Formats: sequence, C-alpha cells, structure tokens
Amino acid sequence: MSTEDKGIYGILIEFEEPERLVEGCRQVRDRGFEKWDAFSPFPIHGMDRAMGIRETRLPLLIFAGGLAGLATALLMQWWMNAIDYPFLISGKPLFGLPANIPITFELTVLFAALTTVIGMWWRNGMPCLYHPVFKSEHFRRVTADRFFIVLEASDKKFELQGTQEFAESLGGIHVEQLEE
Amino acid sequence: MIGTLQTTAIDPLDNTAEDPTRTTPLVLGGLNLTTLTDKVCEIAERPRPSRAWYLAFAAACSLTVVMFAMIGYLIVTGIGVWGLNNPVGWGWAIVNFVFWVGIGHAGTLISAILFLLRQKWRTSINRFAEAMTIFAVICAGIFPAIHVGRIWVVYWLFPVPNYQSMWPNFRSPLLWDVFAVGTYATVSLLFWYTGMVPDLATLRDRARTKGRAIFYGVLALGWRGSHRHWHRYEKAYLILAALATPLVVSVHSVVSFDFAVAQIPGWHTTIFPPYFVAGAIFSGFAMVGTLLVPVRKWFGLQKLITLHHLENINKIILATGSIVGFAYATEFFIAWYSANDAEAFAFINRSFGPYAWAYWIMVTCNVIAPQFFWFKRIRTSTAFMWIIYIFVNIGMWFERFIITVSSLSRDFLPANWDYFSPTAVDVLTFVGSFGLFFMLVLIFIRYFPMVAMAEVKTVMPLAHVSGESKPIGDYHGDIPEERDSDEVQR
Repeated sequence: MSTEDKGIYGILIEFEEPERLVEGCRQVRDRGFEKWDAFSPFPIHGMDRAMGIRETRLPLLIFAGGLAGLATALLMQWWMNAIDYPFLISGKPLFGLPANIPITFELTVLFAALTTVIGMWWRNGMPCLYHPVFKSEHFRRVTADRFFIVLEASDKKFELQGTQEFAESLGGIHVEQLEE
Repeated sequence: MIGTLQTTAIDPLDNTAEDPTRTTPLVLGGLNLTTLTDKVCEIAERPRPSRAWYLAFAAACSLTVVMFAMIGYLIVTGIGVWGLNNPVGWGWAIVNFVFWVGIGHAGTLISAILFLLRQKWRTSINRFAEAMTIFAVICAGIFPAIHVGRIWVVYWLFPVPNYQSMWPNFRSPLLWDVFAVGTYATVSLLFWYTGMVPDLATLRDRARTKGRAIFYGVLALGWRGSHRHWHRYEKAYLILAALATPLVVSVHSVVSFDFAVAQIPGWHTTIFPPYFVAGAIFSGFAMVGTLLVPVRKWFGLQKLITLHHLENINKIILATGSIVGFAYATEFFIAWYSANDAEAFAFINRSFGPYAWAYWIMVTCNVIAPQFFWFKRIRTSTAFMWIIYIFVNIGMWFERFIITVSSLSRDFLPANWDYFSPTAVDVLTFVGSFGLFFMLVLIFIRYFPMVAMAEVKTVMPLAHVSGESKPIGDYHGDIPEERDSDEVQR
C-alpha cells in the first residue's frame, strides 16, 4: 500500500450475474490477491474453489463441544446421584449407565449445537455492526440480487491506479472506491 | 387419430404433474431474484397490516389473557381447579403438553431431516414451519410447568443447589423430559435464528426508517453475504442439521418414556417411542398445513409455496398417518398375543369402555381421514386438504387424551376406578394456549421474513452457475461441479 491510498478501504466491483462473479473471483485469485472477498445474496456452489478458501476447521471445535457435553452429563449425574447425595431408588444401582443415557445424549447434542452456532459467528467475526462496505449505496443490494467483489487496500498487491484498472477489467457493471 | 398425444389445459400454478422425464420447478411464475425478494419482504414491510390481521391479533391476545388468567387462578387456588381425581392424576395438562410438543416436530423435521435428505422443496416452507415449532414448544412448556402444582419450586426440576441439598433423580423419565424438551427448544431456536440472519440482513438493507434499520440491523449481526462467511455458515448449518436429526427422533421418544416406563397397562409398551414419533410428525405436518394453506392465499405466496409443496406435505401425512394406524392395530394384536389379562382389558376398555366415544373420534380422524390422500384430486385441492388437516389436529389431541386418561381411570383395583371430566378451567386453559400460539404466529408474519429467501434463491435455475444440463427431478443446486482446473490454494 502506497501513501496515496491512505483513507481507502478498498475497491468494490458490482456484478449482475453469479457467473460473472465466479469468473471474476478466479481472476482475482490467480492474480495473487490475499485480502479480498466476494459477496452474494446466497451461497454459490463452486465459490470455495474459485476463491481458494481453505476448508474450515469448525467441525473439530464442534466435536470438542460435544465431548464436553458428554463428560459434563456423565460427571454431573454420577456426582449428584451417587456421591454428593446418594439417591437409592427401588434398590437400583446409584449409577447405572442405561438410565443415565438420555440426559447424556441430550447434553451432548446441546453443547455441540451451542458450539456450532457460537463458534460459527465467532470465527466469522460477528456481531460486527459496522463495516466499510456498508457505506456503499450499491452494496445494499447484496442481500437481494447483486454480487460484489471487494479488493482490500491492505493487500500487498494493492496499488490504487493498477488495481482500479484491473477491477474495471473484471466485467462488473460498477466500480467504486470504499473509504476506510 | 393414432399417435396424437392427449393435451390438457395447463394451470400455470399447478406443478404437481408427476412426469419423471421433466424437472419440477419449485419457484413459479417467472420470479427472479429481485421480484422474489420484493414479494417476501413486502409482507413484513407494509406500513400497516390488514384489518383481518388486527382482528385476528385481538382475538388471539384475548385468548392469551384468558389462559394466563386461568393459570393465575390455578396458582393461587391449587390443582383442584382441574378435573383431576384419584386414579386420574394426569389430565389435560399432560394431554396438552404432548399435543403441543408433537406439533413442534414438523419444523425441525423439515429443517433438519429433509435438509440432510436433500429435499429441496423444503426451502419455501422451512422458515414458517420452524417458527411454528418454536411457538408450539413454548405452548407445550407451559403445561408441565403449571401441572407441578407448587410452581414456585419448579426450579427443583433443574440441577441447581437448593436449601434441601438434594439433587434431581436423573434416572426418572420425567427428568429426561426436562432435558429433552429444553434441548429441543434451544436447538430449534438456534436453527431458526441462524437460518434467518441472511434474510434479516435483507430487511435491514431495504429499511426505509431508522427504527427498522436498527431493529433488523442488530438482529442481522452485521451479515454482509461474504463468501468467507457463507463457507462457515453452510458448514455450521449442515452440522446443525445433523445434530438436530437425532433430536427430532429423541424428543418424542423421551416423552413416550413418561408413559412407557410406568407400569400402567396400556402405557407399558415398547412400541411407544416409534409410535409417538410417527404421531408427532403426523400432527406437526397437519398443523403446518393448517396454517400454510390460508397464509399462502392471503399473502399471495402461491408461486413460492406451490401446490407441489402442499402435495408433498400431504404425502408425508399419508405415510405417517398410516404408520399411526398400523401402530393402533399392533397394540391390539400384542394385547391379545401377550395373553396378559390386564393388558387385554386395557385395550378392550379403550375401544368399548366409558371412553369409547373419544376412541372412535381418534380412529376416524387419524386412521380414516388421512387415507383420502391416496387420491390425487384430494391431495391437490386446498379446500379438501385443509379439512383433513383439521381432522388430524383433532384426532391427535384425542389420541393423547385416550392414552393418558383411559389407562389411568381403570387401573388394577376396581375400587379405585373413576371417570375423568374436565372443568371449565381445563378447557379455557387449553383454548387459551391456542391464543398464545396464534398471537406468536401473527407477530412472526408481521415482522419477520416468512420465506427463507436466501435458501429459495439457491433452488432457482439462475443460481446454477455451471448448469447447462439440469438433472431430472426437483430443481436443485447439486449439479456435479464443473471440471475446471481450479486447485484449492492453501
């Protein structure tokens, strides 16, 4: 980033059709940009490869969350009914696995589901109520019927003049500079 | 003339033809991304709802007030205000609980199981069904909470330290129920909200007033449709569906344990978990249909919630209704085949004893009514299907009434026998719970995106970036990815 780019967050390119967006993404990827993003009203298949996005490791986190739920449930039931206040009912064992399975199952699912949702929003950096792209009047249609690419000024490859020309060559219907 | 194909007039909104050589469009009437967004958002953006909405809302609020008044009366007086008597210690509170929880099964079935099975038609109806699920579970949750009698110590249900230094008994099905319903409510809410965030962002971006921009802006969490976000979002949604799928099956199984683990004849049967789950899906889909048929008409959503969608719902009702009917027959067979006198008596008493009237209402509504869906003309007529949904709703309430009350009222000792009659408080509390349900549904219709727009967009033909050849069947986004030279960069 050179000094003249100060105050610029990036360059926004607007597309009318998903095909153009995917094609534009391939070009940006092959040009070697790292700090950029594509936006659309719905997930488009094949975009992960077109953008070169690495597979998320969220499932590992969720697995850990599920295990935590499992352990919590088993320890809680064992400690509360067999240790802290031994609860003898109909001469049945104080801690028997079959009778404790339903709650173990429920808490495993509950913890895993909470990890999924909280983990996903956390890794996506949300809630994030302010973002430079929201300054663009055009960008309001990203949640309806328009597709966008944003090339960020913080990328090593970014230099205002050349990137602006590259952006205009991508086949979008509108190009605009976003303020920080 | 030989070789002339039969031609019929084609209704542009009828996409129920079952021609396996052609694709079935799920979005009709030439809607594109722009008009679809307008169509769905307009409903939540009207400056004022219609007069009918106000009237319905006023009626629903009044009934809600009646319910809370009855609950207040119950709390200050005691559960003697209900029609409970000595053998029948579980009355309408439990019946209503099981009824509402059962209805709450459709939403998560549609959102989770149909998602994993790649039933793309779910996208137009899943948001509405999920909302209905949450409202039904809210109604369900009220009844076990108030039926404990001393509601001020209801926290004893949860493992929180209390002055007696005692913990709940984790080996009791009643406690399993607390965890099962609690988990189900939480996961359904997470599923619903997570799915709704992109659509809330749409309403935020279209907001014309500051108040709406802030309201939807906060709820949308700053969603901006980034593909790096969509990537994790889709993964999370898939995993959430996989987690919710066993939940759908487990919740009503656990509810059935409340009965099946007890030793009362008529309750103590191993068929209960699958039979309850089938019944829950049956009743849930009937309630989804009961609400969707009028809603799609009033709000002009016929191009999105098409006849094809309703027909699919009806096929599920036919399948699960037949399972329920088969389960009734199996119960009778086992009662005879087990050669257990108490068991045989319980079932003869059910169909020919003092509650025979309720039993035959149940059989008519649950076994006979759904069989009409074998006929395509009935399956695709909104008037007919709506009548059948109402029958199913009634029948499934009576099923729970029969199970709960007929077994209890004739237990082992004839000296204990008694007949259960509800009081006005029982009736008004139940009717009032419909008020609460409809009040929540009306608020949802007024302020939230009723159709999952972002998801419907993925099943529209224009969303297929690589699609020259459309596969046969419903439109969907699972065309094998084009073989290009893309390598994932790491």
